[in-house]
Amino acid sequence: MTDFRDKHAKGEISLTVNGEPKKVRAYPMERLLDVLRLELGLTGAKEGCGEGECGSCSVLMDGALVNSCLVPVLQAAGTSIVTIEGLAVGGALHVLQETFLECGGAQCGICTPGMILAAVHLLNGTPQPTMDEIREGLSGNLCRCTGYTQILEAVAEAARRRSTVRTTA
Amino acid sequence: MNIERIVGKSVPRKEGREKVTGESQYVDDMVLPNMLFGATVRSQIPRGRIRNITFGPGIAWDKFVVVSAKDIPGKNCIALIGEDQPCLASDSVNHPEEPILLLAHPDRSLLPQAVAAIAIDYEPLPAIFTIEESERRSEIIWGEDNLFKTYLIDKGDVDAVWEKAAYIVEGEYSTGAQEQLYIETNGMIAAFDAVQGITVWGSLQCPYYIHKALMALCNLPAEKVRVVQMETGGAFGGKEEYPSMIAGHAALLAIKAGRPVKIIYDRMEDMAATTKRHPSRTRHRTAVSRDGKILGGEIDFTIDGGAYATLSSVVLSRGVIHAGGPYYWPSVRIRAKAIATNAPPHGAFRGFGAPQSLFAMERHMDRIAQTVGLSPVEIRRRNFLQPGQATTTEQVLREPIDLGALLDRALEVSDYHARKRNFAKQNQVGISRKGMGIAAFLHGAGFTGSGERYLSSVVGVEGCADGSVRVLVSSTEFGQGTKTVLSQIAAEALGLPYENVSTAQPDTLEVPNSGPTVASRTVMVVGKLVQSAALGIAQTLITSGLLREGYSAEEFHAACKQQVAEHGQFRSWSRYEAPSGILWDDQAYRGEAYAAFAWAVYVAEVTVDLTTYSASVDDFVALQEVGKVLHPLLARGQIIGGVAQGIGFSLYEKVVWQNGRMQNGQMTNYIMPTSSDLPPIRVFFEELGNIHGAYGAKGIGELPMDGPAPAIVNAVEDALGVRFDSIPLLPEDIMDALGAMPPIGATGRDR
Repeated sequence: MTDFRDKHAKGEISLTVNGEPKKVRAYPMERLLDVLRLELGLTGAKEGCGEGECGSCSVLMDGALVNSCLVPVLQAAGTSIVTIEGLAVGGALHVLQETFLECGGAQCGICTPGMILAAVHLLNGTPQPTMDEIREGLSGNLCRCTGYTQILEAVAEAARRRSTVRTTA
Repeated sequence: MNIERIVGKSVPRKEGREKVTGESQYVDDMVLPNMLFGATVRSQIPRGRIRNITFGPGIAWDKFVVVSAKDIPGKNCIALIGEDQPCLASDSVNHPEEPILLLAHPDRSLLPQAVAAIAIDYEPLPAIFTIEESERRSEIIWGEDNLFKTYLIDKGDVDAVWEKAAYIVEGEYSTGAQEQLYIETNGMIAAFDAVQGITVWGSLQCPYYIHKALMALCNLPAEKVRVVQMETGGAFGGKEEYPSMIAGHAALLAIKAGRPVKIIYDRMEDMAATTKRHPSRTRHRTAVSRDGKILGGEIDFTIDGGAYATLSSVVLSRGVIHAGGPYYWPSVRIRAKAIATNAPPHGAFRGFGAPQSLFAMERHMDRIAQTVGLSPVEIRRRNFLQPGQATTTEQVLREPIDLGALLDRALEVSDYHARKRNFAKQNQVGISRKGMGIAAFLHGAGFTGSGERYLSSVVGVEGCADGSVRVLVSSTEFGQGTKTVLSQIAAEALGLPYENVSTAQPDTLEVPNSGPTVASRTVMVVGKLVQSAALGIAQTLITSGLLREGYSAEEFHAACKQQVAEHGQFRSWSRYEAPSGILWDDQAYRGEAYAAFAWAVYVAEVTVDLTTYSASVDDFVALQEVGKVLHPLLARGQIIGGVAQGIGFSLYEKVVWQNGRMQNGQMTNYIMPTSSDLPPIRVFFEELGNIHGAYGAKGIGELPMDGPAPAIVNAVEDALGVRFDSIPLLPEDIMDALGAMPPIGATGRDR
């Protein structure tokens, strides 16, 4: 964590998170990851490396996949953010959450929220990806448990079940 | 035999849903009221005496809680096997990153500056960093001889075999340190009050290791130390022993502050300060007959333990017992030692010494094959252990394992022979070379030797007030599916639906000590105890007349409810008893080393790009006999994940050291495989069964770490015709070895 407070004053920042309008008081250079986790209590996004390598903090920002540890919250002002908490609607799991469960795509679970959001992003752009496209599409998200195979299978199965994947973005 | 209803099926995971919704609570997701954040001030030098500590200007030190070794209420050590590792260095340091002081503050973001503002003045002492320097003993940095532990296995008359040998084959092999690289870094929260004592919540594998360490450190009785496992984001051995250190630090700060304290390592601190796989060096000298049979040999196996003893003696033990591979040695002498260097202590990592010694054995088998003029397949076939033969520790194989048949099936599913022929032709031209490599190996399940006897694990099963059943174990879930499989076993034993059984979150206030979650022991050893404790629940209900034999699930629930209503808490316990005939001699290092071995043959297909010199794996077959597979989906996931770590160990993951400190402690420069680096990993199981495991299960978790490295390096040698005996094998190593070859571009244009 870096302290940016001596440089800028805290301000009010508006953004939409999982479909709900939110106002937070934050330093402009605070990481979006910290605002989500500490201010909004959305702890599904995880910090694995703090430098944009592992993808555990991935969220969607206006539909784009971003590492929330690299996004100053000011940059997220006015955008629409989707976190893992925004995928299941009314207790019904998102199709990728279902297939990750069924195919063994989550082991320890720490990379899973980011991995699922990366998969949502992939299927939004490429509804019927080849295995190589899935490998490529998820290659910014590290998983140490699974060796990825069952994750790739979960994404392929989700694509098979739905030609386009609903998102709340 | 009954037809099993639940084990053997891929039932939905107990620990699944919260992980895909983001609801699972990992330690950094937990916030306690009034909580402070902690940080660690660490040694900047590898070895020396601490002369003076200065708290620099510009920091409001009165707002910080500061803990030094003087604040420790009990013994200044991390109690594990020994007590040589201090919790906080007081007058001297023995490795870079050794903890010296602890700080806590309500604002997490102020800690890095405060840590940086503390200046420590040292009197440096000479330090040693390699196995060879430690062996020379120019500096004695631990004990009297820099040796944490030695073992000798001596079978038959090795000295008599050399004159009978048609060939004597020698080789030296080495493996590097490897970072576990769980994606969740280490972390702990501690809270203290005078009545309840100390409680810690954290990311961990072994609640009772921490329990023991905190009792000694905080000078508290057992009932005043409570350890709770949070959801744990990967471990792989990396959260076996070091969490006791972090828990100790959080506890010391919490005691001094009178407030809860959270410590979360960032990635660089985690990589630099916590344990890694032991670097190793193995020397083989083998006497071989004209027809390629091993007559005997000498093996010298050495691991670098870093600055303190920690778990090195048991890592060494597993490594030495696996050093002879799945082969019959009429005679063998294996000398093993764990040595000290001024690096942070190396520790547990999936495989625990076996990946190191098996890399050497399986590379050496290919060298023997070349020397004798046999194929890698044939040399293995002629030397495989057969039922009735004895291992290097004289453990007689009683199970009907047919390694030749395993090998045949692996060759068939990998299309080994046809591909090898094709590659031999293709490799004449073009800018890449392809090769096939195999590795045959074994992995012992459970603690080594008398380990399970000493552990004497206890498991509980509880009949609950609502009629459901709960498994009580200290075995932790960190991705493997512990709660799922143990629930399956209890449900199977009781004849109940899987949905009616749950497994408690490990909390030392609630669960007995079923031993650490390590050594591929959870399903086989703990699972067997769960099975018997579950049967105890049914037995009690039947004996007391509340339940009839051949009961239905509804009848069980009614009887269980009635039992709890009338008599209160209803629990059944089961304690480990060593099976008869499993005898181990700690002194002679001889006997039944493990109650069961899993067996495997892995086949790797690789391409080496002659422009970039990078080797990549194109196809990987993992065939293993692991007893009964209790949950096929989870078992396959364990194998694929282990193979992926093995591929990283072989071709990607290099710890760069300078004066005992890791120089590349970031995910940017310590490279683990991504989804685009890995081949299809094809998993096949054979199921022989195992009388000592729950429903015939053997251990599975560590096995897949053992085979990839030798299979891959054997394949690289097959592709290039150049020998490589060290891993990790990076493009620069291949470039150096091929340096004498003609420029590649010319060959490329020939196509």
